[in-house]
Amino acid sequence: MTEHITTKVLVIGGGPGGYVAAIRAGQLGLDTTLVEGDRLGGTCLIRGCIPSKAMIHVAGEFETMHRAHGAARHGISLSAPPALDMPELVRWKEGIVNKLSNGVAALCKRAKVRVLSGQAHFSDAKTCTVEGEDNATITAEHVILANGSVSTELPFLPFGGPVISSSEALSLDALPKKLVVIGAGYIGLELGIAFRKLGSEVTVVEALDRIMPLFDAELSLPVKKWLERNGVILHLGAKAKGLVQESNRHALAIETMDGKTENLPADKILVTVGRKPCTAGWGLEHMGVDMDGRFVRVDDQCRTSMKNVWAIGDLVGEPLLAHKAMAQGEMVTEIIAGRKRRFDPVAIAAVCFTEPEIVTAGLAPGDKALEGIDVMSAMFPFAANGRALSMGAGGEGGFVRILARRDDHRILGIQAVGAHVSELAGEFALALEMGAVLEDVAGTIHVHPTLGEAFHETALRTLGHALHI
Amino acid sequence: MGRYVFKLPDVGEGTAEAEIVAWHVKVGEQISEDQHLVDVMTDKATVEMTSPVTGTVVSLHGTPGEMAIVGAPLVELDVEGAGNAPTASAAASSPHPSLLPQGGGGSEGAAKPATPPEKSTNKQESSLSTPGGEGWGEVAAVSRPMQAPAFTTRTPGTKPLASPAVRRRAEELGIQLQFVPGSGPAGRIEHGDVDNYISSGGQTSVARGGGYVQREGVEEIKVIGLRRKIAEKMQEAKRRIPHFAYVEEIDMTELEDLRAHLNATRKSDQPKLTLLPFLMRGLAQLLPAYPQINARFDDDAGVVHRYAAVHIGIATQTANGLIVPVVRHAEALDVWQAAAEVSRIAQLTRDGKAAREDLSGSTITITSLGALGGVVTTPVINHPEVAIIGPNAIVQRPVVRDGQIVVRKVMNLSSSFDHRVVDGYDAAEFIQKLKALLEHPATLFME
Repeated sequence: MTEHITTKVLVIGGGPGGYVAAIRAGQLGLDTTLVEGDRLGGTCLIRGCIPSKAMIHVAGEFETMHRAHGAARHGISLSAPPALDMPELVRWKEGIVNKLSNGVAALCKRAKVRVLSGQAHFSDAKTCTVEGEDNATITAEHVILANGSVSTELPFLPFGGPVISSSEALSLDALPKKLVVIGAGYIGLELGIAFRKLGSEVTVVEALDRIMPLFDAELSLPVKKWLERNGVILHLGAKAKGLVQESNRHALAIETMDGKTENLPADKILVTVGRKPCTAGWGLEHMGVDMDGRFVRVDDQCRTSMKNVWAIGDLVGEPLLAHKAMAQGEMVTEIIAGRKRRFDPVAIAAVCFTEPEIVTAGLAPGDKALEGIDVMSAMFPFAANGRALSMGAGGEGGFVRILARRDDHRILGIQAVGAHVSELAGEFALALEMGAVLEDVAGTIHVHPTLGEAFHETALRTLGHALHI
Repeated sequence: MGRYVFKLPDVGEGTAEAEIVAWHVKVGEQISEDQHLVDVMTDKATVEMTSPVTGTVVSLHGTPGEMAIVGAPLVELDVEGAGNAPTASAAASSPHPSLLPQGGGGSEGAAKPATPPEKSTNKQESSLSTPGGEGWGEVAAVSRPMQAPAFTTRTPGTKPLASPAVRRRAEELGIQLQFVPGSGPAGRIEHGDVDNYISSGGQTSVARGGGYVQREGVEEIKVIGLRRKIAEKMQEAKRRIPHFAYVEEIDMTELEDLRAHLNATRKSDQPKLTLLPFLMRGLAQLLPAYPQINARFDDDAGVVHRYAAVHIGIATQTANGLIVPVVRHAEALDVWQAAAEVSRIAQLTRDGKAAREDLSGSTITITSLGALGGVVTTPVINHPEVAIIGPNAIVQRPVVRDGQIVVRKVMNLSSSFDHRVVDGYDAAEFIQKLKALLEHPATLFME
């Protein structure tokens, strides 16, 4: 006997987009139902941002200790190398995930959101059945689709066995001795670097001729240098061809840039060639919404072509970022509640937890939108920033860079690369959203000694009067 | 290391001062010998000053628009060797000793006339500073009390600049921010701008679907360089000269026929004829009989200089403003030569290449707006001349001739005279005779 539920707002997907939409809907007093087939939290919380950051953090600590063994660093030396207990690491990470997932559940409960655990399947735009732990049919006045995305699979290299996606990479019970990463985008490099720090021999295969093709070369250079310094083998311009079974181990066959075939021995092959929206298997085709390529087409209020069906997050297109999904989720529920809202950010900043970290907000060199604009730009190196030096992070080639219009000094884009710069993302985004001009940043007293001073100095330098360089 | 002081040299006969037009170097800049330092403008011409030495710029004296006295320091340089001045330069410590207040003192009669005091407090150091400190910071500081230019940097299709809170509020109020003038830096729209927009009724105009938006903002333009010369000259002419205007209607049909014929049959090396050469011919022929009109009145000395030669100023619109180049000895030119000469000096003037003698010494001036249309003008006399002639547009008009209404090509000829030295009767008679010459073009060529 399945329950029949009639609800004002039905949210599909309990990731950052969906749960924020549901919580906000609850806060606004809307009768809200959230359906999630897994734990609450979505890719981001369960098998993406959060667990990967936990792993990256541990890898960093492990590496620090490892370096202290043998050669004293900063006056610290260890007499024995650190030992890694992979299952324990995974358990610790799971603890964080559980805490956050339970936190989301608690927030939903407090907002009086009805949460159903199960797989939703739509028979028409406003009706779905839920099957799983909970079973129900639901009719909703408004439907918010927040189904998210999954890792893209290579057809000749399906996931399974030694071939893993980022999700499995975060829950391995043993450290792979040899790890081959396919795709030198930010996910592949974040994980590849973490595994390198934990002691794996890491090889990265990238079809394009440089790493992190979404960032300009200047910005990714410090990462490239780290990879080279730390013995990560890069095969740029190389194509993965398939899995090869060697006598007692696996290998990945690749075709290198000059056309040669090479077999890369691998205990695990991590495929990080992108993510695709979850559009199949849950009845989207019955909902009468238009598509935009692989994505669901929405307008600047996240309306689909079907009345009162909304879509947010990874389902609706680039950038596939949790914070974009959250902003859209919040906006959509406010529109449903009768407020006038539009999704019109100046910038959606993005960060990479590579070594060193990368932040980019707004326009970057080479962007089409800069064409025809007279741009002034300057960068300030972290080598001249006291806080960076005091963390031993002055020597990795990091910097902050600003692009601004020459005519009115309005800041168009801000990038940074260096240790811990991800924490600067908020200030960068704020400056862009507030329409800051260089003088606004130059006139803001930045705390000493912090990494943020480098942002201040970059603004000064763009204006031609940096103080500390 | 020595200090070299570059002083404003004597830039022309009897010039005691020159206006700084634009700096081409900055303090701290390494410059080489013969590098372009500064443009200065005298009564006669704009002169490029180049550096006689190689060195580093230590200080610049004066900002564009200010007057510099001949012999006063303009630029100080650190140079290899001894230089020509003690290193601890007195000029470096006392600001702008060479600068004169403009406009005869008045409200700005202090030592630094071009800088109102409130500016200096807001002045920001900026690499953007163009020569003369017209950097963004300064401009913004000056215009802050007024509305800043709202749409200066927003091109069609780009988003209006506003903080998230302002954007959200506008969305809730149903206001499209692209219609709201922004007063913040870079045209940023602030909460107050939205308030102003609402209280000024902008919201309703949008609601009505009207596409018109009221504009705000005042732009301050320094009247410097050529524009100031023009302003001073016009003011001088109007202050000193009691003008009177006289307008007559002239039947140009026959002259136009002649002109069309000459143009149709001209040789390949002959210029195309406009009305101007014929008018010049007429003046050249007539003026010997009216020496009081072909004259320059030195009113300070109380002397009228009557000229035998006819040097005709041709009022010329250039990209920078009005300039009057001179066709010399028009009495000795036939229409073809006159046409060639007019086109030569006009081109030189528009290209900014006219020499000083091309721009001075006229005894009477022609100012023609004919091509633009217009019934009558009251032209301003090119002081110290005493007369100016302004032909208006030629139009086809019904005219009574011999009891018949016929279509004739008719032109008004406007003119102004200096009533101190030209009597109305004489001026009217002069114009009437000019009319007779132009209406019977053969007589233009019979002396």
